[in-house]
Amino acid sequence: MELNYSKMIKDQEYLKKIADICLSKSKKLGSSDANILVQSSVSENVNVRNKKLDGSERSENLGVVLTTYLGKKKSSIASSNLKEKNLDELVNRCIETMKITPEDEYNSLPDKDLHFKGLKDLDLYDETHLNNEDKINYIKEAEEEAFSNDKIINTNGSGFGENKSNFLLANSNGFADGYKTSQFTAYCEVVSKSNGSMERDYEYTSKRFYSDILKPKQLGSIAAEHAVKKLNPKKIKSEKISLIFDKRISKNFLSIFASAISSSAIAKGTTFLKDKLNQQVFNSEINILDHGNIRKANGSRYFDSEGIAVVNLDLIKNGILQDYLTDTYNGKKINRKSNGRASGTTNLYFQNGSKTFEDLVKSENKILYIKETIGHGTNIINGDYSVGASGMMIENGDFSYPVSEITIAGNLNNIFKNITLADDLEFNYATNSPTMMVEGMVVGGK
Amino acid sequence: MSSLLKNSELTSEKADSIVSETLNNCDDGELYIEDTKSETIVLDDNKIKSSNYTSDLGYGFRAVTGDTVAYSHSNEISEKSLKNSSENLKSTLKNNSGTYNSEIKKTNQKLYKDVDPIESKSMKSKIELLNNMNEYARSKDSSVKQVTASLLAEKKNVEIIRSGGELLSDNRPLVRINMSVMVEKNGRKETGVFGIGGRQDYDEYLKNDNWKKVCDEAFRIASTNIESKPSLAGEMKVVLGPGWPAILIHEAVGHGLEGDFNRKKTSAFHDLVGKKVASDGVTIIDDGTLDNRRGSLNIDDEGTPTERTVLIENGILKNFMQDRLNARLMNTKSTGNGRRESYKHVVMPRMRNTIMLGGSNTQEEMIKSVDKGIFAVSFGGGQVDITSGKFVFNCTEAYEIINGKIGSPIKGATLIGDGPSSLKEILMVGNDMMLDPGIGTCGKAGQGVPVGVGQPSLLINNMTVGGTQL
Repeated sequence: MELNYSKMIKDQEYLKKIADICLSKSKKLGSSDANILVQSSVSENVNVRNKKLDGSERSENLGVVLTTYLGKKKSSIASSNLKEKNLDELVNRCIETMKITPEDEYNSLPDKDLHFKGLKDLDLYDETHLNNEDKINYIKEAEEEAFSNDKIINTNGSGFGENKSNFLLANSNGFADGYKTSQFTAYCEVVSKSNGSMERDYEYTSKRFYSDILKPKQLGSIAAEHAVKKLNPKKIKSEKISLIFDKRISKNFLSIFASAISSSAIAKGTTFLKDKLNQQVFNSEINILDHGNIRKANGSRYFDSEGIAVVNLDLIKNGILQDYLTDTYNGKKINRKSNGRASGTTNLYFQNGSKTFEDLVKSENKILYIKETIGHGTNIINGDYSVGASGMMIENGDFSYPVSEITIAGNLNNIFKNITLADDLEFNYATNSPTMMVEGMVVGGK
Repeated sequence: MSSLLKNSELTSEKADSIVSETLNNCDDGELYIEDTKSETIVLDDNKIKSSNYTSDLGYGFRAVTGDTVAYSHSNEISEKSLKNSSENLKSTLKNNSGTYNSEIKKTNQKLYKDVDPIESKSMKSKIELLNNMNEYARSKDSSVKQVTASLLAEKKNVEIIRSGGELLSDNRPLVRINMSVMVEKNGRKETGVFGIGGRQDYDEYLKNDNWKKVCDEAFRIASTNIESKPSLAGEMKVVLGPGWPAILIHEAVGHGLEGDFNRKKTSAFHDLVGKKVASDGVTIIDDGTLDNRRGSLNIDDEGTPTERTVLIENGILKNFMQDRLNARLMNTKSTGNGRRESYKHVVMPRMRNTIMLGGSNTQEEMIKSVDKGIFAVSFGGGQVDITSGKFVFNCTEAYEIINGKIGSPIKGATLIGDGPSSLKEILMVGNDMMLDPGIGTCGKAGQGVPVGVGQPSLLINNMTVGGTQL
């Protein structure tokens, strides 16, 4: 039996009905304002291991998140149980809690004038549905390709997933809007072995449209290539050395930057970028953009979780910090209007640099190329950065041997000012960076 | 009779019959139903920032044959929805057929009370507690510039319906009290974080003004770090303090001993059972049976009673941690380590309370024996690459050791090592075994589950310390 997929996610009409029930209940029980999110999603995933079906998973999710206000008092509930009786109890509970919660002068619904009112023409939903058989075939083909490399001896599992979701966001100021999105994701994680050394690595692809994801053979061969290159690594001596960060890793610096300029961190003073607005944070070659209106892109959205229209932001221009990621609540604390970033960044990226990848690799006699970092060694409060890493040594422009079990450390204030970017930006994720070089960081090794 | 289905459109009888009919030709599987209520109240920047209450009810239906798992979950509890799931499972397993293993151990284990920690304390008194914590922490010193305090409580009721109608259930309370303090001095900012918790009512953790100790500890760590100097980089001896630093054991060894990675032969430990993998005197257990501990469970999420599993005994690798699937494929029995984050997640072998037992050395002896090294008292997060065995930790409180004496606090140090080899580098095992304060959450394949750890002080011969000073 093939289930009718498109009917499995709830339509706007159904979501609106639930939203209306909750909004009118909270009004009846005495809230002055309310905000509600109703979400419906269906995802199907298949996993294979050693070219054989390992598992399949189907998930259906439906849920509400309701926030009620009484003047400056606020409380929230969330539930996946949408039975009317349960909703009654929960709304009641939300209102009771709200009444005894202390006032917070910054609590309010967002500014009506900033509500999204535009056209929804970014192509964020792909109707395409793959049945399980097709999903399995795709990912088996990827693993078969990976295993055609004779150093690949095992897999950690590879998977293909399809997700479709629909949501409606509404508030008591008259905002009510929502839309469908889709996501197709595939990953392949393989294990290589040679001379007693065993290493794993992966490749990953995720796009809103099926036609945009990597072809299975590409996925498998890239994963295999990564895992084989890591074999028989050496540990190097502790030293100060220039690093090149692979695109998989360089984008992490953008995520760190984004959390350091979130209005909540700025308002609380818990970030090393507080009081840096209009100041040089990166060197003058660097531009960072956060654009939410790129067609079909993973990070694109029309409005944030408060219904505020997402505007394009140039966060860093010629190295200078131009803006914070601002929502209504924290914006009030720091006297800035929301720029539609209550749900964080959209498509965040470094603009391409002027050097080619080759230029970077050949710029010094000895450079360490970082392909993977592990650990959570970033301190947003003071900018300290220290993580475990592995990669490749580059000598005189050639990749000479893999390196592992080392640490890299520095302070982000300095790291940001010593970045040189290549010109190889691609939009593979929501956050994207070209290859990045950072001069003179301390590597901890033998 | 299921009590979680009581108010739903799906009767117990109907659920039993769909489960039995679906799993008839499978090796294993179950219907897992979960009703979770949780509440989070956060005080931040002098204000009650949020109070969130979540009520989640749903099921996960699993069928297993050979090494293939089919899983379908939904929060719509109805006959129609369960039948859709059943069809979905059957279509995945259509080419396989198995024999259902109905054997499952029984238990009367009661490791925690069936209490609802959310309701055990009024909203008013929770808000009052957070305000008191905020005021107390801020009053400690004028260098305290920011305080975040939070209360988290959860009541998770689970039921497992197996083919043939057997019903297993567990009602699990869980609380956590967290404190984060930021201090600022001479333009420098540092934080200190501390928390306590477990499977009891809030009040059990609030006796004797215990909340003040939580604030004191967070403040102490922040104040220590504000005096810290940059860390040296390179290989050196490391003394680990007792208790929470055992997350190193959890990452460096624990994950590598989970059944799935060993059945799939992707763990560095997969062919080492019966072999010496650690220094003499090193015994590591994974214990799900400790009263009221965060990682304890009466039964795991497949219905198997938890137990005290010996992983490494006096340096010799004895057992892996198993769920039913991996145990069956490796011809052994489940150790009660089958866990999942929620009904939305598939079961995997996961740790419970992972503990290295005490030895005979004192911490003083260890420090005295080190010429140049570091003394790591507390860690933030850790991570491991199970295949290569490499693991990493970030110290949140650490000191240098020079000529057998504890020196200045050092900041931002990262420790990196190799799981299998660092176990053999353990030179001394302390006599001061301690469990962590009850705050750990372990992440694996996108699923977070509450866990505990414990260890005595340890002296490790050689680890790479990351820092900015050469």
